[in-house]
Amino acid sequence: MPDRARIAHLLRRATFGPTAEEVDAAERAGYDATVRQLVQPAGADSGAPKPPVFAAVAELGKNASRADKQKANQQRRQQVTAIIDWWLDRMVAAEHQLTEKMVFFWHGHWATSAQKVKAAPLMLGQLQTFREHGRGDFAAFTTRMVHDPALVSWLDGQKNTAKAPNENLARELMELFTLGIGNYTEDDVKAGARALTGWTVDRRAGTVRFVARRHDQGAKTILGRTAAFDADQFAELVATEPAAAAFLAQRLWFRFASGEPIADDVRGRLVAAGRDVDGLLRALFTDAGFDGTRGQLVKQPVEWAVGAMRQLGIRPARLTDQQRKQLVSGLNGLDQVPLRPPSVGGWPAGAAWLTTSSLQARLRLAELLAGRAAQPVLDRLRAAPAAGRPDALARLLVVDGWTDRTRKVLADAAGKPERLLQLGLVSPEYTIH
Amino acid sequence: MDALTRRKFLVASGMVGAGALAAGATAYTLADILDTAGDGDRPADAGTLVVVTLYGGNDGLNTVVPYADRSYQDARPDIAYDAGEVLRLDDSTGLNPALKGFQRLFTEGRLAVVRGVGYPKPDRSHFRSMDIWQTAEMRPGTTGWLGRWLDTAGGDPRLAVSFEPALPPLLAGATSAGAAVPTNARRGAKGVTGLGLPAAGEPALQARAARCFADLDSIDQMITEVRDAQPTDPDADEGDDPATGTGGRAELGAQLDLVAQCVEAGVATRAFSVSLGGFDTHADEKQLQEILLAQVDKAVTGFVERMAGRPVTVAVYSEFGRRVRANASDGTDHGTASNVFVLGSGVRGGLHGEQPSLTDLDDGDLKYTVDFRDVYAGLLADVLATDPERVLGGWTGKLSLTGS
Repeated sequence: MPDRARIAHLLRRATFGPTAEEVDAAERAGYDATVRQLVQPAGADSGAPKPPVFAAVAELGKNASRADKQKANQQRRQQVTAIIDWWLDRMVAAEHQLTEKMVFFWHGHWATSAQKVKAAPLMLGQLQTFREHGRGDFAAFTTRMVHDPALVSWLDGQKNTAKAPNENLARELMELFTLGIGNYTEDDVKAGARALTGWTVDRRAGTVRFVARRHDQGAKTILGRTAAFDADQFAELVATEPAAAAFLAQRLWFRFASGEPIADDVRGRLVAAGRDVDGLLRALFTDAGFDGTRGQLVKQPVEWAVGAMRQLGIRPARLTDQQRKQLVSGLNGLDQVPLRPPSVGGWPAGAAWLTTSSLQARLRLAELLAGRAAQPVLDRLRAAPAAGRPDALARLLVVDGWTDRTRKVLADAAGKPERLLQLGLVSPEYTIH
Repeated sequence: MDALTRRKFLVASGMVGAGALAAGATAYTLADILDTAGDGDRPADAGTLVVVTLYGGNDGLNTVVPYADRSYQDARPDIAYDAGEVLRLDDSTGLNPALKGFQRLFTEGRLAVVRGVGYPKPDRSHFRSMDIWQTAEMRPGTTGWLGRWLDTAGGDPRLAVSFEPALPPLLAGATSAGAAVPTNARRGAKGVTGLGLPAAGEPALQARAARCFADLDSIDQMITEVRDAQPTDPDADEGDDPATGTGGRAELGAQLDLVAQCVEAGVATRAFSVSLGGFDTHADEKQLQEILLAQVDKAVTGFVERMAGRPVTVAVYSEFGRRVRANASDGTDHGTASNVFVLGSGVRGGLHGEQPSLTDLDDGDLKYTVDFRDVYAGLLADVLATDPERVLGGWTGKLSLTGS
């Protein structure tokens, strides 16, 4: 593979969608230096906007009036919307792109929805936990997560007591977050739920609190080990299982490399890289198997839209309220809005995104984005002679090349730069990566 | 896990037959389906099967309630229904109060309730258990049971249709797959059909993305034709389907409306898949489940009424029931065996299958009394006139709930 194609592939996967200039710079720096820079960028991210700060929503007593309750609910919804808007803008603007993409990866992994959690500070707090702890030791991170107020609230952890355990969090911790199905038993779920008992959520403070009398202090047998496990010890136990290393490698491969099953030798090398998330990312992007994964992932809708905005020079924060609403509504039509995963299983992948239904939504959103493209972007397209515009578009959108089919459609629209952009964004070549 | 939706299952299992999708079978769409109306291939008395999937694990014991059983009340005192609350079917069994239409259909002999439906070594993962139900395989592969039926029926995707945003694994066959057709309103996209042409040597997913363009025009046409075929009713309740206006997902009622329109138009489709999510009631179950069951009741009862006299059979299932004993959150955790509803004009109404014991339990969960493949076999044989053994990997059990 030519160096530029190899670097473009890396950047398409490790960022939300590179600009042509970013590919140019990475090509000059070389592949390995680019991986280093992506995984451990130097200095603070000067481009990333700061998170919103929220006024506390009044905690209402049981006897609060209907109007007060409605007002509080509306305030909560507005705050959640503010996070979504901020986060989309940050994904576009951040210079440390892999950092942002990993926050989004973890969001899809520990998939928690604001629809149930409702409190914006809890959702924001969880994103912060991903940011601060999601790049080191996976076991330490998992231990953090079982105390994450949003996750505990999402999976009914605060209702899990010694007297009557609620299995929701224990089951999903093993099935979806650390081990994968088949690597634990129903008895492990029941015992794990007992280990997690006793934690309650203070929604107002946005913190969790341990209530000793709600905790089951008895001995539990989990994964063949017997002890008076508490939440930390249970989390540590599952996250250090050999199955967890393979599971994590598989999850990263699935989102960053390929929807095809991971080859045994690749999995072996990733597992050998250990539990350190940054180490795993480095191992993945430099693995010999990674080069061959071009065209094996469908862009998730958020990746697609954020990448398009980066390349077209659009900042969500500078759109009008109306346009920003259209953006989020477009993502909703594509079935992927941040903070609203469809379930604890996270979002789909691969061909599930490729339906006629989602194509319609893509066409509409692409039209909106093409209509907001920055002037210099349009000027650059216009500067090319009509016959060269499809190639100029390929450079702009960091597509390796067009098929004859697509080239013909683009050539027919070459006179209209905005239309050209829309067609490029919905083209099969741009839809996957 | 709240807000479980159909969409998630596609994902998590990742099982929608890559083979089937690569074969391009899903490139057929609504326009193509309406085009089949009256083309003469379909015998006048050919049955239509409508499968309703309830995602999340609907609590069977609070749906078909063994209200007279002391152990039912004892196991879940705070969320149990008593004799005065249920809609009685007989002296020991009653329906959830939200299922008023179902009770009437039961009385009229148009509702069969199969109790204790499950499978050996139950799996309590939503994803795995739903895979088992949709594939009808104990070790789920990549084909759904109706997908395999489609393979045997010639593989024309127009025979098996889903009005969901994505194709459910249920309809993915080995060599063919059903059609996923969206219900939301849309405007046409001119000048993009050229992107739907195949290109030599492109990656499989890119080819799939291209085929979506080829489908687009035909879908447009089909939806228009279905809607135009309907006599305009000035009193029609437009507010019934808020999802259309907001561009959100179509609800169960809207999906079944489209099925009804297709059946009335006489399309070739023999199997439809529709769904509703949100049944994962770990907490505060009673109120939530009643809201959901009321939606099911309204949508399905309305559909059965509208289809009265036609050979249309509806089957309603979920991936599992829930634990007999309530948890401390006034909810229930994942369980095992549950009920399947079969409805329609030709149905042998009444109670079928044996109610599992509430005291002789398998680790706190019900022991199944009817294998779910028996129910599928009956539907395949009686509604789709197919040899069930071919579709169900040699499974020989059969529970006939329809036909003579």
